[in-house]
Amino acid sequence: MKDIRVLHGELAPGPAMTAFNAAHPEAGGIVSFVGKVRPDRYVEELELKHYAPLTLKGMEELADATLARWPLDGVLLHHRTGVMRPGDPIVLVAAAARHRRDAFEAAQFAMDHLKSDAWFWKREKRAGEWHWIEPRDQDHADLARWS
Amino acid sequence: MTVKLVFLGKLADLAGAAEKDVPGPLDWRGLLEALPGPLGEAARGEKVKLALNGTVLADKTALAARTGDEVALLPPVSGG
Repeated sequence: MKDIRVLHGELAPGPAMTAFNAAHPEAGGIVSFVGKVRPDRYVEELELKHYAPLTLKGMEELADATLARWPLDGVLLHHRTGVMRPGDPIVLVAAAARHRRDAFEAAQFAMDHLKSDAWFWKREKRAGEWHWIEPRDQDHADLARWS
Repeated sequence: MTVKLVFLGKLADLAGAAEKDVPGPLDWRGLLEALPGPLGEAARGEKVKLALNGTVLADKTALAARTGDEVALLPPVSGG
């Protein structure tokens, strides 16, 4: 079962996880990860843009690839767009499985792909000016370990 | 009788707009002619991909857009 969303408003990890847990009574464990706008003294705002014809479709394909790779009961991918402030949640990934190792690995796989292989573009406002952010070498390395 | 160009990420800054209508049909050569200066250079770069009507092209130089189509210029992504 997939729960895949591009959210243009607030991302509320608590209620989303409560619903995901309720949807998977058969699971032996659920791993979740919340990515937030990292508090940074120089970053005033962060904005994420997407491209509707590609972004949700790409996330659905990522969820399918995750489900094909591990024996999961379900996967959840929620990703925000729009303007956010430091501390705001950007992304929620969750994997429900019979056994914990599958859930941990699946959540990492999905998160590594969302970080540098999903159709989002991120920019930060520092000292009143916007700067586009490209993936770090570490993000590419995190992705490469799955191939 | 136009093709809609959509600029994502920093390409929208270079274009000065998120979208631009250009006369169709449009191939790769025509696209580059429609993109002046740094925007055209960025489009040529290997990191920039093209999508035609929501499908990413394996070879962007094979672009063949017809009137009414939407061509998106996609710079490197960063999510999460």
